Amino acid sequence: MASRRPSDPASLQPVDLADVTSDFDSPDAPRKNRLDDPIRGPKLGPLEFLRWVWRVLTSMRTAIILLVLVAFASIPGSLVPQRSSDPNGVSIFRDTNPELFKFYESIQLFDTFTSVWFSSIYLVLFISLIGCIVPRTMYHWRILRAEPAAEPASWARLPYRRSERATQGAAVALDRAETVLRKAHYRVVRDDTSIRAEFGYLRETGNLVFHIALVGILTTLAATGGFGWSGQRVIIEGQTFTNQLASYDSFHPGSWFAEQQLDPYGVTLESFTPEYTKDPVKDVWMPIDFTATVTVTEGDATHEVILKVNEPLVAGNSQMYLLGNGFAPVITVRDPQGTVVFDQPVVFLSQDSNLTSVGVVKVPDGLSEQLGLQGFFYPSAVDLESGALSSNNPEPTNPTVTFNVYTGDLGLDSGVTANVFQLPVESLTQIAGRHTGTDVVLSPGEVFELPGGLGSIEFTSLRRFIGVEIRHDPTQMGVAVSTFFIVAGLLASLGTRRRRVWVRVRGTARIPELEWGGMSRGDDPRLDAALDRLVEKTRQTSTDKVTGE
Amino acid sequence: MTNSLESISLIATYSAMAVYTLAFILFTVDLAGRAATDGQSTPTRWLRSAMAVLVLGFVIHFGADVTRAISAHRVPWANMYEFGLTATLVLVGVFLGINLWRDVRFVGAFVSGFAILALGIVTVNFYVAVSPLPPALQNYWLVIHVCVAVLGTGFFATGAALSASQLFQQSREEGKLQTRSWRFLSAFPSSESLEALAYRILVIGFVFWTFTVIAGAIWAERAWGRYWGWDTKEVWSFIIWTLFAGYIHARATRGWRGRPAAILSLIGFGAVLFNYGIVNIFFKGLHVYSGL
Ligand code: HEM
Repeated sequence: MASRRPSDPASLQPVDLADVTSDFDSPDAPRKNRLDDPIRGPKLGPLEFLRWVWRVLTSMRTAIILLVLVAFASIPGSLVPQRSSDPNGVSIFRDTNPELFKFYESIQLFDTFTSVWFSSIYLVLFISLIGCIVPRTMYHWRILRAEPAAEPASWARLPYRRSERATQGAAVALDRAETVLRKAHYRVVRDDTSIRAEFGYLRETGNLVFHIALVGILTTLAATGGFGWSGQRVIIEGQTFTNQLASYDSFHPGSWFAEQQLDPYGVTLESFTPEYTKDPVKDVWMPIDFTATVTVTEGDATHEVILKVNEPLVAGNSQMYLLGNGFAPVITVRDPQGTVVFDQPVVFLSQDSNLTSVGVVKVPDGLSEQLGLQGFFYPSAVDLESGALSSNNPEPTNPTVTFNVYTGDLGLDSGVTANVFQLPVESLTQIAGRHTGTDVVLSPGEVFELPGGLGSIEFTSLRRFIGVEIRHDPTQMGVAVSTFFIVAGLLASLGTRRRRVWVRVRGTARIPELEWGGMSRGDDPRLDAALDRLVEKTRQTSTDKVTGE
Repeated sequence: MTNSLESISLIATYSAMAVYTLAFILFTVDLAGRAATDGQSTPTRWLRSAMAVLVLGFVIHFGADVTRAISAHRVPWANMYEFGLTATLVLVGVFLGINLWRDVRFVGAFVSGFAILALGIVTVNFYVAVSPLPPALQNYWLVIHVCVAVLGTGFFATGAALSASQLFQQSREEGKLQTRSWRFLSAFPSSESLEALAYRILVIGFVFWTFTVIAGAIWAERAWGRYWGWDTKEVWSFIIWTLFAGYIHARATRGWRGRPAAILSLIGFGAVLFNYGIVNIFFKGLHVYSGL
């Protein structure tokens, strides 16, 4: 009965907290009820049932089981490709295993970490965590303001004890013990014949800070994730990206995104310089450094910044990350009269470590027919025995573009957004390039005259491009602050020992003795030495050999 | 010059394995000797020589690691071979360090045996010559991240050794495992002391692992623009973290101390090994740094 009183401190602790732990923090609590099976079946009555559910939910056993469950529930997230981190893997899976794909899809295996089952475990853990923290905090608050615990009924049971002759009378000796304990940061209560002292409240404080900070991380992620956004963009040397929705190649808004969230700024790519080295073992070129020099324009201010992998650029409220790069040959197309109908750098996507790249040029207007070019770019072209070209170096030592040239309807007016990297070659007529007898192979400055007097193509010059990701993530600050408290709480808690020390006067009035006793929460063999030090310091103080310290 | 240092490193690695093997034999002889006297005798001279040989192996191993680092002009943990080499070194170092604080020499056979096995597997299967680092890996967060990961792994491994001993010891205390071949357990502390020791060590491992995850998140934010994306390696780091959080709770829970807690700790260490061995080789993800 008594243990049910709301004022009973013990009822604020998880029901199955181990005795070595809970005994210490609530020595006065009636233990009997807590010692039978703490998680008994529900008794009749809805209120009892609810209370039982709550007790189960906030018990330590549930916390353990939920933690292990979360761990196991995460495993599919590493075995099956995830939409969030590997969308390409998911498409490949769909193509190779259509049947299994349907099954996996139905149980949300491709979205493990947002799936219903994962979220439910997570949610229950979250509730359990809060249900655990709130009462423990109330309880700890009380302990923090309480006096050190009363002397134990049986000293003989204390694990660590000392007895020491007092040379100058009991009261003086107690005074000195009190001073020593206070200097050692114990909380001390002194009466005529004894001292009670307690130390290490930081342990539980740190533990609670740790758990509260965990709640902090979880809520930050849930609450502010919707305000973030991210987008990708390719920027060619000489081009300027202006931060507005239309400038992005792709954009992923959070659920509460509003366009005003994009701070106005511009980023111009001045130059991009990669550095390569040959891996002596595998005999392939490897990038060792990427440097993009950009000019950032914010308001009237412009400044030059270096953007590197691992060194994002901060502009407005967002950050820009360097994720990719490649070549963008400038292609110029002229009509038979020499009038320029197309003149721009075209992004080619690299296919291998020597940056053999593919790209597409679409010229819908200005010529007598629509023109489509399927291009291959080789930074350092070499002839293979088969007659085909290959690149043997990622640097442009012998930049070469080859084209397959098509005419016909490019399908740009059909209303469907066309992929800029694809030509509908099946419905087009190839007029030059591979397998037509007229190869189109161009070095910078070279011109190819299209058959039938259609016009000409020139590989005018070569530029590079970078692929960047721009994102605004308001969770970052909250997560960083919570993480700080997680670490601080953990270190404070694990680095603090929770100890109690009592001193009392024994012996006769003529030969008084100080009796010391100490106990600790849990396993703490070093209390023995700590007690020695306390006794020793007291002795030194009382013989006045050492004062202060 | 660089290449010869690289081969010196490899030779030192093989020598360390040989010396560890000798230490392992001495540790086993000590256990066998004490089992024969039913554990009554104090640590023998076999044990003292085993420790001395282990220290020698550690020094050679350290040399292997340092020469590797010098020949690569960077920290020696940028691919699987180097990570394995360094992690094993730290494991032995952690074991030796713990001995300055508490006598845990009785798990010496386990630790040296594990070190031989790990070094052998790593050298035979994962050896790669020194090669340059891709840009994403050139960051001081890599140094911090892997450094604490390696330390955490060292503590988890020693903790696992203690938890395993605890399980056997508990069975023996319950009257099982009474045959002669299990008698060496009488040279071990009681299961309760083993558990307390394992807990202290695993908690340190947990703190290091917490730092590992945090440093990894910061590095991921720098390199990829997001601090957490459930990449395969991130998933497994998270799994390890929650398993050991579960273990820490188990220690504080009535009915879960003792055997269930020890089993959780072993499952946690299993996840650590899986994360290193299986995930690096068979899974794809952004952390493809195995160098294979
Ligand atoms: C997200 C889930 C949780 C995680 C990751 C977690 C993690 C931890 C860690 C690392 C510790 C030891 C560090 C320290 O003492 O500061 C700890 C201790 C503790 N946790 Fe949790 N916890 C979680 C949920 C819970 C829940 C739901 C409860 C309530 C039942 C709980 C109750 C406790 C208690 C009582 C301790 C102290 C144990 C002791 O005195 O040794 N925790 N927790």
